[in-house]
Amino acid sequence: MAWVIALLIWAAGWWLNGRLAQSSYSDSRAVSLAIPAIFGITLIAMWQVLVTMLEVSAVILPAPSAIAAQFAESIPILIADFVQTIIKGALVGYVFGMLAAFGVALLADRSPFLTQGILPVGSFMAALPIVGTAPIFVKWFGSDWESKAAVVAVMVFFPILVNTVAGLKDTTAMQRDLMRTYAAGYWATLFKLRLPAALPFIFNGLKIATTLALIGAIVAEFFGSPTVGMGFRISTSVGQLAMDMVWAEIVVAALAGSSFYGAIALLEKRVTFWHPSQR
Amino acid sequence: MKALVPVVTVVAFIFALWTAAVVPMNIHLTADMAARQDIPVTPATPAERKEVGALALAAQNTAVWGMAYTLDRPNLPSPHQVGAELYKSVFTVEPTSRRSLLYHAWVTLSATLLGFVIGAAAGILLAVGIVYNRTMDKAVMPWAITSQTIPILALAPMIIVILGSIGIQGLLPKSIISAYLSFFPVVVGMVKGLRSPDQMQLDLLKTYNANPSQGFWKLRLPGSMPYLFASLKIGISASLVGAIVGELPTGARAGFGARMLVGDQYGQPILTWAALFGAAITAALLVAAISLIERKTLHRMGMGAAA
Repeated sequence: MAWVIALLIWAAGWWLNGRLAQSSYSDSRAVSLAIPAIFGITLIAMWQVLVTMLEVSAVILPAPSAIAAQFAESIPILIADFVQTIIKGALVGYVFGMLAAFGVALLADRSPFLTQGILPVGSFMAALPIVGTAPIFVKWFGSDWESKAAVVAVMVFFPILVNTVAGLKDTTAMQRDLMRTYAAGYWATLFKLRLPAALPFIFNGLKIATTLALIGAIVAEFFGSPTVGMGFRISTSVGQLAMDMVWAEIVVAALAGSSFYGAIALLEKRVTFWHPSQR
Repeated sequence: MKALVPVVTVVAFIFALWTAAVVPMNIHLTADMAARQDIPVTPATPAERKEVGALALAAQNTAVWGMAYTLDRPNLPSPHQVGAELYKSVFTVEPTSRRSLLYHAWVTLSATLLGFVIGAAAGILLAVGIVYNRTMDKAVMPWAITSQTIPILALAPMIIVILGSIGIQGLLPKSIISAYLSFFPVVVGMVKGLRSPDQMQLDLLKTYNANPSQGFWKLRLPGSMPYLFASLKIGISASLVGAIVGELPTGARAGFGARMLVGDQYGQPILTWAALFGAAITAALLVAAISLIERKTLHRMGMGAAA
């Protein structure tokens, strides 16, 4: 019975979406937001029906309603965890890693030799499981947010470095010659031509790094943390089989991740409005 | 060869920096040990040494620098210690022994590869669905993109515990995480690839009276290959990271993640570092393997110059 109802919900959602996608309004903004929203609501409704009607144990998979109730109930805890992990751990580490990457990129950029060396090494490092260094950093910097910020800084450093170095190379000889005919020096060329030209690359790196920052901050808390923080809460709630709390933290992580990414994407749109991909 | 010189220079610089950092990172431990062996250190008592910064202490005790490189339990192991541990645990122990890094590598690698194959296959199938079905495109694609902004990796340990509580253990839970992580990069890359043929090429096939399935096998699929390989390379390193994180805080007994954790908990940092480097080498080999397949495939397809 439960499966029949779930299937009916699926069919209804899919039929509605099919109609919307085939309709003549399918490219309008409202409809292209509505279709994925309907898809998401369909999945959540099926989840709710299956879990309540099949009486799935809350230890395995809590119902969406239970998660929402837990979320509403523990907002103060969730905010404290958010501040500890996202603001102190992830954001501080992100800023430090970003500044370090910019600094090294500008240094490397002065010599083509260094650029050639840093690009392959950096892209190799960016593919490595750097998050595995979390236990080492927790040992070095203690269990509070400083160690999390350090892990995050190392994790975001390489993608931002590689993209910045690649971006600074992305000017044509014609453009550089034009700057020379204007008698522009190194710094004028850097600020007026090469940094703006590098911005689409830099933002690409910054966007990749947002998710990495959250992952680093949360995972590092599994190896030692004060009694606050999203990673701490997830691991202790798993121990207490309080899955609704775990899912509430997942919702926070998803919201934080998407809005962090969205904020960088918005900034990109404002700053690189001239680039073909933004027009 | 010419491209190699800068790379080697940068790597050498990193190792030099590492070697130089060993002394200040370990100087407090070294000074304590030297004091126990009646080697004079300044300042003389542990309490006074605690007050002094690492660089200052290192400057005052140049005589004990050599000892900083040979500590059993250093804060930061020196490169040669990590190298020796890597050599010992790879070449001098039977590969089936629990003390062999190859054994742990295989545990992680098998989960990675199984997950990667599942994730990549599912990703390619979903991408085909998205390209050929407008409803799927509109409904699923936004979620596929949004899901990349969510720190799913951080939830890996929880997924393993939940699956463990309903009786799924061993290889499969880690593979599910690996599959999930490699799934979305492949979907996004493959959709881009299947849509890469331009209108001119599609029109040409229409003039040949090609049916949709011929259009797929002869134009869209071959056209998507460069995009597919680019996302497979991202996917396989994501798979490896997923398998390792899946082993980290869950009490796993084998694999790179377990090895890092054992080194951390039993105060053997050299083990942790050797496992980290083992994981890095594995990641490099996996990406290199995909690159090799990419070059061979694209070459056979006449796109060798592009690769």
